[in-house]
Amino acid sequence: MNRLFTVFDKEMRDSLRDRRTVLNALIMGPVLGPILFVVLFGFITGKEMEKAEETLEIPVVNAELAPNLVQFLQQNGMLLGAAPADPEQSIAEETHDVIVRITADYPQQWRDGEPAVVELLADRSRREVGTTIARVQRLLNGYGSQIGQQRIQLRGVDPSLMQAVMIKEIDLSTPESRGALILAMLPYFVMIGLFVSGMSVAIDTTAGEKERKSLEPLLINPLPRWQIMAGKLLATTAFTLISLALTLVAFVIGVGFIPAASLDFRLNLDWGMALQFWLLTAPVALIAAALLTTLAAFAKSFREAQSYMGLVVLIPMLPTLWMFINPVKPELWMMTVPLLSQSLLINETISGHNMPLDWKLLSVASSVLFGVALALLAASLYQRPKLIFSNS
Amino acid sequence: MIVTEHLQKSFGPVKAVRDVSFVAADGQITGLLGPNGAGKTTTLRMLYSLLPPDAGSIRIDGIDPQRDALKVKTSLGVVPDARGLYARLSARENIAYFGKLHGIGKAALEQRIADLSDQLDLHDFIDRRTEGFSQGQRVRVALARALVHQPKTLLLDEPSNGLDVMSTRALRDMLLRLRAAGHCIVLSTHIMQEVAALCDRIVIIADGVVAADGTADELRQQAGTSELEDAFVQLIGSEEGLLA
Repeated sequence: MNRLFTVFDKEMRDSLRDRRTVLNALIMGPVLGPILFVVLFGFITGKEMEKAEETLEIPVVNAELAPNLVQFLQQNGMLLGAAPADPEQSIAEETHDVIVRITADYPQQWRDGEPAVVELLADRSRREVGTTIARVQRLLNGYGSQIGQQRIQLRGVDPSLMQAVMIKEIDLSTPESRGALILAMLPYFVMIGLFVSGMSVAIDTTAGEKERKSLEPLLINPLPRWQIMAGKLLATTAFTLISLALTLVAFVIGVGFIPAASLDFRLNLDWGMALQFWLLTAPVALIAAALLTTLAAFAKSFREAQSYMGLVVLIPMLPTLWMFINPVKPELWMMTVPLLSQSLLINETISGHNMPLDWKLLSVASSVLFGVALALLAASLYQRPKLIFSNS
Repeated sequence: MIVTEHLQKSFGPVKAVRDVSFVAADGQITGLLGPNGAGKTTTLRMLYSLLPPDAGSIRIDGIDPQRDALKVKTSLGVVPDARGLYARLSARENIAYFGKLHGIGKAALEQRIADLSDQLDLHDFIDRRTEGFSQGQRVRVALARALVHQPKTLLLDEPSNGLDVMSTRALRDMLLRLRAAGHCIVLSTHIMQEVAALCDRIVIIADGVVAADGTADELRQQAGTSELEDAFVQLIGSEEGLLA
């Protein structure tokens, strides 16, 4: 067994000296995801907040036809922009986001008590103007219902008769659960990281060793081949676990940069939770390492191994994709499914739900079992002479 | 001592080794001489238990490599054709890795590496990473690595391929020293001068079959020529591979 750790020790030392491996597994992998997450998210929320608070300056075409309406808009904080000569053109050219146009029939319709038509010009396919459209619409609707109520009241009718049903939405989401909607990306990043970070070590220690022809002298040493394989597999697992820890650390730090409180949600991710997630997903590191090593051991060369790896990346995406398409309430049986159980547990925990300990234990136990089974398969592959000489 | 009898090995339709029998005695250097593709490397791989023979038997000091691979490996030192050093490890680390895999303790290993670097003159580059080593440096490190556990039997596949004069001398001196110490040494080669200078016994392999077996003198007599090279051509029946 000592010699197994000799192999492990050598593979760790060898891999840590490989700049490409270190860069991929220990720097780019763990840091890139969280940075992407924080920057993207910060950008989106910043933009939303800006749009929501920015003073509206909207051109009103034919403003003189509806002085009352214009006055209402101005009282409610909207600035009157200069009306362009060709409103459609200026929307198309994106010189204005939204333009209000009072139709020529407006004064007549108004006097007749018919619905007076106000046109709202905008390009809905431009997603960034959605907030502005909503704000202008709200103002116009406010004016419409205010005038409507006054008209009904003048006729001696209670305006509340108009409102047969009143919808009262009670939002029971907590700041944590709203934050969880955003952190739902976390298991995705973690799972992908688990499969990507060990890749170069797995390839280098198997297909790479075969390609450099150092596998042959290695196998002439007096230790069972499964021990050689196990040492290599452990090295890949160790790399994955280190990378996973770094990813979680980067996420905890990164989440601190998001101005969550001002958006009324809480990003529920602290050091204790990160440690818990690390422990929960550690068995997946073994699964990933065994899977990668098995695949890479089949390959004749580095390049062939890399071409298999493209497919492996799809595996960790499956549970998250499934959860996106088909959001489910976690059930006990799901804890026996590796990857799915960890994704669910992480998601529930960041939503502020405490998951029972026996669920977590079931998840860990089943994933460890699965990982060990895969590792045994990988180890048995090295017993086959064909695999070693497949390129000679 | 190595005894092989009627070894056979095919890869699919290709019969790499068809009938190889020879004896390599202790205290002797046995050369497997043959053109490229004659089956020398496959024969060696069967000897060091990496390939199971399809038929025939092998005994290394009385042990069957297929039945007790681990035991055979403890007494075998091998320098394969490709050398296979780890480029990111220093020469010392390369040697120490295999030493540890043979279960040698730390202090003994340090002493052993110091001795080997004296004998093979590794001092100038022992702590450098092997990336960029010359062929000669590679072979010397690979040889030190093969000898780290003081094996009784040494197998070398084309050891002098691409070597400069100094490395060839270091290799030759080392092999002669090991022979004097009673080790059993088998090397494969297609270089005539090497066989003439080193080998006590020559096994000529052509097309997977042993074409002749004996000392240099015996082979010359058998072929009725005064030059070993002519004997070789005569015995394998063609000039193929001699210049490779």
